[in-house]
Amino acid sequence: MTPSEILMIPINDWVNDFVRGFLVPNFRPFFRAMQVPVAGLLNALDALFAFIPMLVMTALFAVASWRAVGRGMALFTVIGLCFIDMIGLWAETMTTLSMIVTSVLFCAVIGIPAGILAARSDTTWRIMRPILDIMQTVPSFVYLVPIVMLFGVGMPPGIIATVIFALPPIIRMTNLGLRGVRADLVEAAESFGSTRWQMLWDVQFPLALRTIMAGLNQTLMLALSMVVIAALIGGGGLGLVVNTGLGRLDVGGATAGGIGIVILAIILDRISQGLAERGSDRTSLLSVLKGYVRPQRPATRTA
Amino acid sequence: MTSKLCVTNAMKFFGDRTSEALERLSLGEGKAEIYEATGVTVGVHDVNFEVEQGEIFVIMGLSGSGKSTLVRMLNGLVPPTSGKIRIDGTDIASCTPDVLRDVRRRKIAMVFQHFALFPHRTILENVAYGLKVKGIGTNERLTKARAALEQVGLGAQADSFPAQLSGGMQQRVGIARGLATDAEIILMDEPFGALDPLIRREMQEELLELQRKLRKTIVFITHDLNEAMLLGNRIAIMKDGRFVQVGTPQEIVAQPADDYVAAFMADIDRGRVFTAGDVAQPAVIVNAGSAPATALAQLDRADADAVHVIGAGGLEGVATYRDIARAVRDDGALSDAVQNDMPVTGPDTPLHQLYEAASSGLPVAVTDGEGRLTGVVEPKVVLAHLSGVVPEPEPEKPAA
Repeated sequence: MTPSEILMIPINDWVNDFVRGFLVPNFRPFFRAMQVPVAGLLNALDALFAFIPMLVMTALFAVASWRAVGRGMALFTVIGLCFIDMIGLWAETMTTLSMIVTSVLFCAVIGIPAGILAARSDTTWRIMRPILDIMQTVPSFVYLVPIVMLFGVGMPPGIIATVIFALPPIIRMTNLGLRGVRADLVEAAESFGSTRWQMLWDVQFPLALRTIMAGLNQTLMLALSMVVIAALIGGGGLGLVVNTGLGRLDVGGATAGGIGIVILAIILDRISQGLAERGSDRTSLLSVLKGYVRPQRPATRTA
Repeated sequence: MTSKLCVTNAMKFFGDRTSEALERLSLGEGKAEIYEATGVTVGVHDVNFEVEQGEIFVIMGLSGSGKSTLVRMLNGLVPPTSGKIRIDGTDIASCTPDVLRDVRRRKIAMVFQHFALFPHRTILENVAYGLKVKGIGTNERLTKARAALEQVGLGAQADSFPAQLSGGMQQRVGIARGLATDAEIILMDEPFGALDPLIRREMQEELLELQRKLRKTIVFITHDLNEAMLLGNRIAIMKDGRFVQVGTPQEIVAQPADDYVAAFMADIDRGRVFTAGDVAQPAVIVNAGSAPATALAQLDRADADAVHVIGAGGLEGVATYRDIARAVRDDGALSDAVQNDMPVTGPDTPLHQLYEAASSGLPVAVTDGEGRLTGVVEPKVVLAHLSGVVPEPEPEKPAA
């Protein structure tokens, strides 16, 4: 005697009815329209990255690594990207890059304002938090099916799946960063009659920037880890290489795709981390150095 | 006369069941009992005061007395549970957010205990912040901010960042930021509490110096009684969210309202609170041309030990009882007994600067700006005041 003999809950039927019977017939045009901006940005980036010659692209990445991290990283970037080209995956890597850039841009556009809203009101945060928990714990395969039903197959649905998967860290870290701004600084801004916008723009956001950038870095990494899964529903690029290899039991092909993803991941991670740290440190670091050079006035003066 | 800042029946409770707490409070229950019964913390309880233009009003209390909450109620950072807080007649407790913002931008500025400077902005930008919020153009606000920085002596540090400055300098920037907006009221929440004792002293002097020039209306929060005595035109002693006593430093030291205040005053450096003018008694005087015997008779009548001699050019000197008696015995003139190098001081000199003058044993002459004798301070009176045994300095000699 178990509870299931008394009552079976047909949750799969309910969900099927809800998605097939209600969501898909009524909202499919709406969801179709939603992917227009995604597709637009993606195609533009894809075309751009495909247009830029490999050597120029490598040079651009090398310069970015050098500015953001240092000489060693620049060297790694050059060798890594040349390696990708030599294993014949340059075009796929650029497709993956355009997918990731698109996903991260959408994550930032949605996630940072959402994080700001969450930081402003405890109620909003209480509502948002379980949603984020669900987004992070539900296996991505679970929402691939409804996404395909609503958006169809192809690159844009892949990006939408990636955005759902990669969005939580940027929201969480934006919220955390804004809430972590010293209370007396917020009080000071308020005591001078700042509006909420002035406070956000002049005080809270700059001081939370480091945390927000850390969130963006996490989002970037999650987006990268999603490329293989997105390929299942029609995403191209390196993920497709891995999937094809998997389907054909072509170990070599899958490995090559995997190596490409790892190299791209390391380069993007280091550059974005470097930018995050530099961005928030530069002013103070520079001025600390200046402080050593320029003699300071003594604090004591005769009255 | 309208006050710059007028607080009536200000209350602040933290918690949900505030009306119940209010009821219990009116029945005379204490803070702890109310918290036990309702979970409501009484932050500020029925505080009333007015601050006049150009005055430094010090709110003194130990931590947890509600002073920080109270000062935040004055610019609406903490909205009061009930009561009125009027700034130039505008009640900021009941006005719209727009009006409140306008009051904050134009009339009232705040200086914080831990400076609260924006670490990502230069000193100059920090000072200009209030002007930026007001929407003043870049050039004008930087010019004004530079002027405010000059006032606190930090013009050279304009392009530094807060982290590069010492605590004292950072707080000067905090003060400059408050001055830059031309607000007439400045709230200072334990501004020197985080500074070293020596720097604190220096900053107190500087604040007084600035205040002499600018005549702002200042509400100053502190837990340091000596600081309160030094800076305050008036002082409010706060305990458990209410004002126990409000008065001038001299009034509070001389007549503490209750044991709590009295216990505080035990630690006070009385020598810095009272001035020569506060403790001066009517002088015993005699004309330079008088006979020694007349002077002696005067001293006997006043039961004093020394007499001040007034000549054509004003105060000439002082003569002790013993010297005059000798002059009488030797049949000499009064001038034989007069010492010309007598201790003299002004009425505003604090007692702690009178120790040396009083050590001569002669009464210290108190003179006004034109050198006229207005009274004397007997050495024994100085000591008596320091020890606090003279509760009522004035009415002891009705007929001198």
